[in-house]
Amino acid sequence: MLAKRIIPCLDVRNGRVVKGTRFAEIQDAGDPVELAAFYDLAGADEIVFYDITASAEGRRTMIEVARRAAEQVFIPFTVGGGVSDVQQMRALLSAGADKISINSAAVRRPDLINEGAERFGSQCVVLSIDCLRRTRPDGSVWWEVVIDGGRVPTGMDVLRWAEEGVRRGAGELVLNSIDADGTKDGYDNDLNRTVAERVDVPVIASGGAGTLQHLVDGIRAGKADAVLAASIFHFGQYTIAEAKAYMRAAGIPVR
Amino acid sequence: MIAIIDYGMGNLRSVEKALTYVGAEAVITQDPAVLERAAGVILPGVGAFAQAMANLRAAGLIDPIHQALASGKPFLGICLGLQLLFETSEERFDDGPELPRGLGALRGRVRRFPDGLKVPQIGWNTLRFPKETRLFAGIEPGSHVYFVHSYYAEPADSSVTAAVTEYGIEYCSAVEVDNVMAVQFHPEKSSRVGLQILSNFAALCR
Repeated sequence: MLAKRIIPCLDVRNGRVVKGTRFAEIQDAGDPVELAAFYDLAGADEIVFYDITASAEGRRTMIEVARRAAEQVFIPFTVGGGVSDVQQMRALLSAGADKISINSAAVRRPDLINEGAERFGSQCVVLSIDCLRRTRPDGSVWWEVVIDGGRVPTGMDVLRWAEEGVRRGAGELVLNSIDADGTKDGYDNDLNRTVAERVDVPVIASGGAGTLQHLVDGIRAGKADAVLAASIFHFGQYTIAEAKAYMRAAGIPVR
Repeated sequence: MIAIIDYGMGNLRSVEKALTYVGAEAVITQDPAVLERAAGVILPGVGAFAQAMANLRAAGLIDPIHQALASGKPFLGICLGLQLLFETSEERFDDGPELPRGLGALRGRVRRFPDGLKVPQIGWNTLRFPKETRLFAGIEPGSHVYFVHSYYAEPADSSVTAAVTEYGIEYCSAVEVDNVMAVQFHPEKSSRVGLQILSNFAALCR
């Protein structure tokens, strides 16, 4: 049976991991590649390198990160952050990245999804959506697409954008809840379930994980195919093995 | 030396680096002379079946691949490289009456996953072994490996099947017949288990 995935996400700035990590096993906790190789050995199912450098130089650094990761990381890895054209996608994929995650640039120019899917295949194109929970006057809930690191609202409905993204060729969706991000109160399971029930590609829950039960809830209540997390792993609060054991005990198929 | 065939279907760097990691010497090549010299040959590939056959034909690689298969040297197909070993695929190029033809080294066809499943299958799934093989020596039944695919092979002769995986249906996820081996999953992306499989293959290439 297909396993549900646990995906640690590493924020990278100028080629270095941004948030500090606390692992005795890691010599250079700031090196994204060494950290990713550690997560591979620890049982992570995939890795996401998210470039928060907002410069061309930062993006060149990410190509080097992908190149080095291909030599030491033997699970799939995704590179995202600031990717805005197929040339950048091509450079990262040929360096060894398995998937490219696109976000604001796809909102500005949706054809980027089609172009990436046509040239490299849908399996390479991950559409990442930053989502803000909104309430209509009648009390019903919807989610608004926000871009540029969650700063700029677009008026677009997340569900509509997710469906359009899949139609255009996105192979997976990452739903990052701006409301839940950093709260450690759990994923926005309403958001993830609403989208997962309407699309036929994997949905990856992101933002808000603070406990192992949150990972289980993300899969069960949120109907996500994978859970993305950062701080609960980076700071040594839980190991990947503990997370897998907890999910397995809850009856979720894991590797 | 293991030759990784480059025919413009996907990135081969991960396969090369995984082989290097397990101590094998690997080269990415389009050159039939290198295939002939190689101790083992890998046919990787990601993308569309018919396009892959067209690229192999354009690069003059069809005959060299058949020679490698017949030579007895270890041969490993990966992902699309497994599917191409079969006779035909349901992954149509156009609406013509004929299914696109593969290399035909193994009898059987490549089929699309049935409706109602999320396709492509993306993620980690398990292996069951119906027979003992050299490729999976030392690999525990139930081990997880990483898959990305929409089509699967249906061998006419089920005795070629080296591994079985369940995704809505039970399907053949690896084959092994003498020197001809192939896997539907990506060993280069399957962590320790995948590296062990590649190491097993590399050991046969000496």
